[in-house]
Amino acid sequence: MKRRTLFKVTTTLAATLVAGAAFAQDSIVVGAVAPKTGPLAGGAAVTHWPNIALWVEEVNERGGLNVGGEQRMLEVIEYDDQTNPSETIKAVQRLATQDDADIILAPYSTGLNLAAAPIFDKLGFPQITSSAATDQIGELTEQFNDMFFLLGRSTDLAEDAVEVLSDLREAGEIGNKVAMVNVADAFGIELAAVGKPALEAAGFEIVYETSYPLGTQDLSPIMKAAKAAEPDAFMAWSYPPDTFGLTEQAMIEELNVKAFYTAVATAFPSYGARFGAAAEGVMGIGGVNTASPEFQDYAARLEAATGSKPDYWAAGMMYASLQILEEAIETTGTLDMAEVTQYIKDNAFETVMGTIDFDDQNNNTAYWTVGQWQDGEFKGIKETGREGAVEPMVKTGWE
Amino acid sequence: MDILITGLILGGTYALIALGLNLQYGVSRIMNLANGEMLVIGAFVAFTLFTVGQVSPLLTIFLVAPLAYVLNWLIYRIMLRPLVNRAKNRGMLEVDAILTTFGLSFVMVGIMIWAFGGDYFSYSYLARPIVIFGDNFGLNRVVAFLCAAVLCAGLFLWLNVSRAGMAIRAVAVSPENARLVGIDVPKLSARAFALGGAVTAVGGAVISTFLTLDASTGVMFTMKALIIVIMGGVGDVRGTILAALVLGIGETFVASVIDPGLTLVAAYALFILILLFRPQGFFGRKPT
Amino acid sequence: MKRDEWKTLGWATALLAVAALLPLTGDGYLISLGVSIAMYTVLATSWALFSGPTHYISLATAAFFGIGTYVMGSGIEVLPYWVLLPIAGLIGGVLAALVGLATLRLSGVYFVIFTLGLAEMTRQGVTWYQNQTGHKGTYVLTDLTDNDIYWQLLGLAALVYLVGWGIGRSRLGFALRIIGDDEDVARHVGINTALSKVALFVVSGAVAAIVGAIIAPRYVYIEPSTAFTPMLSFQVVIMALLGGTGRLWGPLVGVIPFTLLWEAISSSFPNQTTLLLGLSFLAIVYLLPGGFVGLYDRLKGRAAKRSAMA
Repeated sequence: MKRRTLFKVTTTLAATLVAGAAFAQDSIVVGAVAPKTGPLAGGAAVTHWPNIALWVEEVNERGGLNVGGEQRMLEVIEYDDQTNPSETIKAVQRLATQDDADIILAPYSTGLNLAAAPIFDKLGFPQITSSAATDQIGELTEQFNDMFFLLGRSTDLAEDAVEVLSDLREAGEIGNKVAMVNVADAFGIELAAVGKPALEAAGFEIVYETSYPLGTQDLSPIMKAAKAAEPDAFMAWSYPPDTFGLTEQAMIEELNVKAFYTAVATAFPSYGARFGAAAEGVMGIGGVNTASPEFQDYAARLEAATGSKPDYWAAGMMYASLQILEEAIETTGTLDMAEVTQYIKDNAFETVMGTIDFDDQNNNTAYWTVGQWQDGEFKGIKETGREGAVEPMVKTGWE
Repeated sequence: MDILITGLILGGTYALIALGLNLQYGVSRIMNLANGEMLVIGAFVAFTLFTVGQVSPLLTIFLVAPLAYVLNWLIYRIMLRPLVNRAKNRGMLEVDAILTTFGLSFVMVGIMIWAFGGDYFSYSYLARPIVIFGDNFGLNRVVAFLCAAVLCAGLFLWLNVSRAGMAIRAVAVSPENARLVGIDVPKLSARAFALGGAVTAVGGAVISTFLTLDASTGVMFTMKALIIVIMGGVGDVRGTILAALVLGIGETFVASVIDPGLTLVAAYALFILILLFRPQGFFGRKPT
Repeated sequence: MKRDEWKTLGWATALLAVAALLPLTGDGYLISLGVSIAMYTVLATSWALFSGPTHYISLATAAFFGIGTYVMGSGIEVLPYWVLLPIAGLIGGVLAALVGLATLRLSGVYFVIFTLGLAEMTRQGVTWYQNQTGHKGTYVLTDLTDNDIYWQLLGLAALVYLVGWGIGRSRLGFALRIIGDDEDVARHVGINTALSKVALFVVSGAVAAIVGAIIAPRYVYIEPSTAFTPMLSFQVVIMALLGGTGRLWGPLVGVIPFTLLWEAISSSFPNQTTLLLGLSFLAIVYLLPGGFVGLYDRLKGRAAKRSAMA
């Protein structure tokens, strides 16, 4: 409790200093729970936490949120769920009942968001997920009415990647042979289960196909076998550590395919930083319109405020979810969550990722599915209704 | 042929992971579950120096080794010595050590997150192909293999030739008898523990050139190390090296010939088979 | 039954009844804490049933727990919920029997390492199988609330206590006490040591699998990383040891303070949770070697001595 009082004192102090106003209303308590430790801590440290820090800082700098004519500062309470669904549930409960949080932000990842969904539903908080990809959006939002999905369906993510290959083949850039591998873990299995039939339906010949366990330390046997199959394109439904590992092995084995695709973490800035020019032409899950001034401005602000660059997939969506919440609260002028939720359902929002308008299943139907490293940026090349997609390019070696 | 070389190179990596634990468990009788965290700390230092000052990880190890030695010596003296004194028998020490070092691994993860954050860290170092017998291999992995070879050979020679090394081996075989011939067992145990920690941290610095890590990944390495040490036989460097190579070649064989999805299952199956038919490990002595 | 035993039974029933009233408070936070406590009580008590007398430290809890969640996850579309609970227990028990027969001949530390690896191995096996069959995500969408889950866990806890109490009174319990004191003696007097140990391991494996199955609806989406988390195994061990494994009620008095401590740390120091948990873990090992049961026995022993002197 001490920590909170201290926090309150500092925020109030800041409020008086910044706004120069003599009155300091009760601050708005914002609850945030996501991994700081455990298997997903690495992803959350890139995609989730910096956005919350930026948002709270910016809102408080301009004097807080305007709720029904009163300027109220944000006070954030952060909890580490240790990548454990039980802890996520407990932390959300704690935020609602012990900390009297006015707003609770959606947790991180598909699994933790779904574990928290019944609690959000019971408490009546809107849960705008920005890092959950699932095919069950309809079923889920039917059961949990206040749940929103920004990141899209996993089927689209996999099918669009296949479509990019088809387009390249139609253009005569690549041949018909594909090597496909996947990490044998939840999302990797799901993507592969969609990707394989999609490849077959598109008439591709799968010359090599395998899965590997999460945490495989040596991926060279896989890359050697993939190379021996002489594919024209390489697709990996991969997770962060192996996305890096597969790329490095491909360089070492000199797998000079014209289309190279790895999934999660290809859009991380650390991917570009590690592989530099070699990353040029690598395709991956996600993407953004890097040319949009809104995104560029957001990226610059995020880096200035937190020292970390946004990833080119879910980070922008995370920030967009905060913008949506902010707009809904300020426009309705209330912290009554039922009203705020209804507003989110009924309206369209201008965000750093462009316009977001949820359909009747609370799904954002316009999102990026495939991106590609071009000129040092991971640019969106395939989408389900976003503007600014660039033409995919053919990968020319690893130099 | 390339299965054999790839397997050997992977085995070298495994030796780097497990060698330190073998010293710690074999000599000091501490089943150190914080072994993986020590490895990640070594990797963190290498990563930081490389990204900030472009210092080659191969130079970093000369900084990491003495630092880790001192750190582990302190850990042993402050935290583990009381347990050794308190334990009535080896079984009790084992239980206490497992629990303490598990707690310690938490503390280390906590400190790393506090100091560096939870982000992934990876960098590119010697990520070039090198051709051996007509096949491509990652230069950084080959270099790591050479490091492992040098480390193994050095350790083996030192243990067999030098006086201090012989004394350490004597403690590994029988602490009671070692005491009778005038060996200062507590002092040597502390040194062996510190040395083991230094070896692990060096291994981490080398491994960071080709693996992507974050603050929470240590436990994966601890598991691998435990399996290798038990397979090889406790307290014998040769056993650990052999077990590391067997595991490396075994996993590569399964990945190349059967299915990469089954590599870890195969590793554990191998582990059980060895335990069932040779419970003391390749080079271990039968418990008396 | 002796009069003492009736009295204990009465007290236990009364406590259980009080615990069962918790959801009536309607406080979601208290109930979610209650679910944690009930879950760890079941896991730690069944763990101690096996590890207490045999002195084997099993880190396999996560393996059985994970199996249970996956039985529920893959079966919920085809079979009714109530059928899946015993199936989970059955599969967990069979796995425990196989593992026990293969590894309980190993000496202490080998067993520890093997069980630590078991969770990882089962996890790889399960994901490999899912991959082969082209699985598209494991969802457990039910109407079960935290209250239902809490009551089920409480019922399971009562069952575990009954089993533990029954074992204590049976020939098996007697045999196990002898094994715990001296395995050689046990063998000489004609006790089948391996079989006795396997029997208890099966109980703890089956219970952990049922717990996994009960918790699965709470997770909604089943992932290998959360179902087979090695953390669970360690938490169960440390809680049981904090309480003490010598008595049936030992783990319970470890679970409650540890869960509350965990909660206090997570809520007050969200950025240093791991660090502080590690430190409190160390404190327990150093300051409470025999757990609360050990402390209780020591205090009682001292009191007895004092009264004898007076």
